[in-house]
Amino acid sequence: MTLKSTLLGAVALTALAPMAFADGHSGERGRDGDVKVLYWQAPSILNPFLSGGTKDVESASLIVEPLARFTETGAMVPWLVDEVPTVANGGVSEDLTTITWKITDGLKWSDGSDFTSEDVRFTAEYCMHPEGGCAQGAKFDGVKSVEAVDKLTVKVTFEGPKPNPYGPFVGGESPIIQAAQFADCLGAKAPECTEANFNPIGTGPFKVTEFRPNDVITLAANENFRMEGKPAFASMTFKGGGDAAGAGRAVLETGEFDYAWNLQLAPDVIAKMEEAGKGVAIAGFGPLVERLEMNLTNPSPDLPPETRSTVAEPHPFLSDFKVRKALSMAIDRELLTEVGYGKAGRPTCNLVPAPALYNSDNTECLVQDLDGAKALLDEAGWTDSDGDGVRDKDGVKLSILYQTSTNAVRQDFQALIKDWWEQIGVETELRNLDGSVFFGGDPGSPDTFQKFYADVEMYANTFNGTDPQSYLSAYRCGNEPKPDSQWQGENINRFCDPAYDALLDELAATGDLEKRGEIGRKLNDMVTKDTMTIVPLVNRARVSAHSNSLGGVVLNTWDSELWNAADWYRIKD
Amino acid sequence: MLNFTIRRLLLSIPTLLFISLVIFMLLQLAPGDPMAQVPLTVPPEVKQKMREALGLGAPVHIQYLKWLEQFFVVEPMVLIDHWTANSFFFGWLPDTQLSMTVDAVTGELVQKQRVISWQTRSPVMDIVMQRMPQTLWVVGLSYVVGILIAIPIGIYSAYRHYSLFDQAGTFVTMVGFSIPPFFTGPLLIVIFSVTLGWLPSIYDTTHVVTDWESFKVQFLQMIMPVMVLALQTTAQISRYMRSAMLDNLNQDYVRTARAKGLSESVVVMVHVLRNSMIPVVTIIALGMPAIFGGAIITENVFKVNGIGQLLLTALFANDLPMVMTLTFIFAILIVLFNLIADILYGVLDPRIRYD
Repeated sequence: MTLKSTLLGAVALTALAPMAFADGHSGERGRDGDVKVLYWQAPSILNPFLSGGTKDVESASLIVEPLARFTETGAMVPWLVDEVPTVANGGVSEDLTTITWKITDGLKWSDGSDFTSEDVRFTAEYCMHPEGGCAQGAKFDGVKSVEAVDKLTVKVTFEGPKPNPYGPFVGGESPIIQAAQFADCLGAKAPECTEANFNPIGTGPFKVTEFRPNDVITLAANENFRMEGKPAFASMTFKGGGDAAGAGRAVLETGEFDYAWNLQLAPDVIAKMEEAGKGVAIAGFGPLVERLEMNLTNPSPDLPPETRSTVAEPHPFLSDFKVRKALSMAIDRELLTEVGYGKAGRPTCNLVPAPALYNSDNTECLVQDLDGAKALLDEAGWTDSDGDGVRDKDGVKLSILYQTSTNAVRQDFQALIKDWWEQIGVETELRNLDGSVFFGGDPGSPDTFQKFYADVEMYANTFNGTDPQSYLSAYRCGNEPKPDSQWQGENINRFCDPAYDALLDELAATGDLEKRGEIGRKLNDMVTKDTMTIVPLVNRARVSAHSNSLGGVVLNTWDSELWNAADWYRIKD
Repeated sequence: MLNFTIRRLLLSIPTLLFISLVIFMLLQLAPGDPMAQVPLTVPPEVKQKMREALGLGAPVHIQYLKWLEQFFVVEPMVLIDHWTANSFFFGWLPDTQLSMTVDAVTGELVQKQRVISWQTRSPVMDIVMQRMPQTLWVVGLSYVVGILIAIPIGIYSAYRHYSLFDQAGTFVTMVGFSIPPFFTGPLLIVIFSVTLGWLPSIYDTTHVVTDWESFKVQFLQMIMPVMVLALQTTAQISRYMRSAMLDNLNQDYVRTARAKGLSESVVVMVHVLRNSMIPVVTIIALGMPAIFGGAIITENVFKVNGIGQLLLTALFANDLPMVMTLTFIFAILIVLFNLIADILYGVLDPRIRYD
């Protein structure tokens, strides 16, 4: 409990600190000099349409911006428009086939020219060109046409109803580029426009002074930026290269840089670096969840390969809800998080822990209850009748084979969970498999996570963007890996509930965000707390670090990490 | 000697062509996909389109011939155009437009296709030229510093054979030779940047030296990478120097010089040293291509983003044109400096004649 409150306190403090100072901090644009950002993967190009790499998309996000962005909670906010179009405000048509964006009046590019709907239309033409090899082509999936209705209005028409029409022009991966600059760069000519690809003109807080591929970007404040007094920094040095440990050191230990991106380091390494007192590590949570998957079908090696681990054979004891529930109750998620991830994790009971809209208020599992688990098993008739320390019923023993990939943290988790399960009278055998085999998906191998020749398995999964529809659709009846489908499929647990499928169909036909959130939460509960098919353990984070003197940083895992660089400022003593 | 040089130069042409073919085939056969860094969210169809846009669809031999043409014909033309237009030495010549060609469709004057990097979609040679200064400054300087330290150590170690200094020198050079820079680099950072806070751990490639103050900054940021690299050079060269000196110290001409009554300093520093330098100079020449090749590990540790770091990121990104071009430039330099070493040998040692 003390750990939890400390952690929560720390999170709350880091979140509140910038807000507390923000009011007292304003003034001239460029008043705070230079800010130094370090990405240990160096950006190669500043045109996110020609490179899908995170380093390139995020560095470009300082310069080019989308019409709407996602905040740190995953909520959508208008960026270059007055409001986000919805069905309610008439921006999205009733039949969900068109979306109309109204651009904010008076926006200017960094070269002083007007930002118009023509630029938006051109961006779509650029990315949808068949020979261009646009990395963000998926964002424009299903787009029939994009028209500039008038100077400030853009209408996107889809080929069919699109309940989530926020693909094109939303988020850091789909920014608007200037039509005048890229006019001669369409299709096969895209790579030839080195000058434009290295020095894009944008609407963002900074503009490129010099771009050195795979090395360093020098940026200066954009004097035509729409917000008065922003950015606070007159220039930015965006250095790339090295490794995560070196980047962490430069911010946390030597204080040479102000911001370091994506520190994929062990929690104790980061904690040690923080002790130097030059900066703090911050964690941003997306939907990545480390979970236990319960096999609802029988993986017994005695069964023939046609029916082993398929819906034809229900699991001898994991098909009992009370057993699954007791297994979940025996786990101390707080301890697991502390051991394995430190700041970079938080205990969760949800399959979809984020964005906030889809995060169900399901927190029951967070408290370990060994006695409750034992009582539940007793109640279900699972008792230790032969006195060997393992519970049984009708000749079936509670004996579990628990597999995961080879990874130090996962093996720690296995050891702890095995101990808790044995305390409640469940025999546990551990197994770990090389990641390349386990996640390899080879239908000929008996050791893939899809084949699931075990009772319980553990791994992490996530989804991209902020909409969990396709992620939740994985648990549809019939989508399970099986011999007919060459063991391909996402419904790893072999879960099947017609009510769940009906709700999925409803989600696919709903455009209203509030309503989608409600259905999403219900679907999440159905596979987690209501059935304990999926037993979530830890919601894992992205960790970055900033120096003590850099204010205004809000880590965002839904959009570019540098999404609010315009609000950054220098904290003066 | 001239005949020899010309013969060797001519012979190096087929050698280099063969090397380029081997490099190209090795890269073709190596596993890896330039789209590997693109996130999983990008669907396979989009990735396929991106691959086609990079020219990966063409047959292998066409890709190779295209690269040869771009590297041996177009790039030199671009260089000549650049020289006649901008450079100090050739700027007075009329501006040439060798690398320009008339576009068949629009009729405009456009540049011929150069060697394009897949990561940055920009000409490889431009990035190489941009990276050269960092690499030459840091790696080149470390070579000079390493040699300047190594030669006196080698001389003194040989002169006071098996003395305490010789033993200590042997120990230090062995340590320097066997500890890799990925260990010494971070160790120095922890000591001098983290604990003492004297030196920066990250090299600023955009820093321009304009006055005394900025020279100091440049000096401070170069100390660690230069010293880490110099340690390796010192270890190697001082061993060669020591053994060459030892060979000569026992020669008859040394006894003769001493018998003539020449002072010890003249005997060692003039007679012995000059003869001992012959093999050392060739070793130094053979090491020169490595300067241009950069130092992959040290450059990464200190973020001196030079040629070595460029090669490493290109390898990670499966950027074949970049890797191909860089490794081939190294090949040219190695062949060239081997030739230079051979010629130097002949010039320095009158006993050796190639004709």
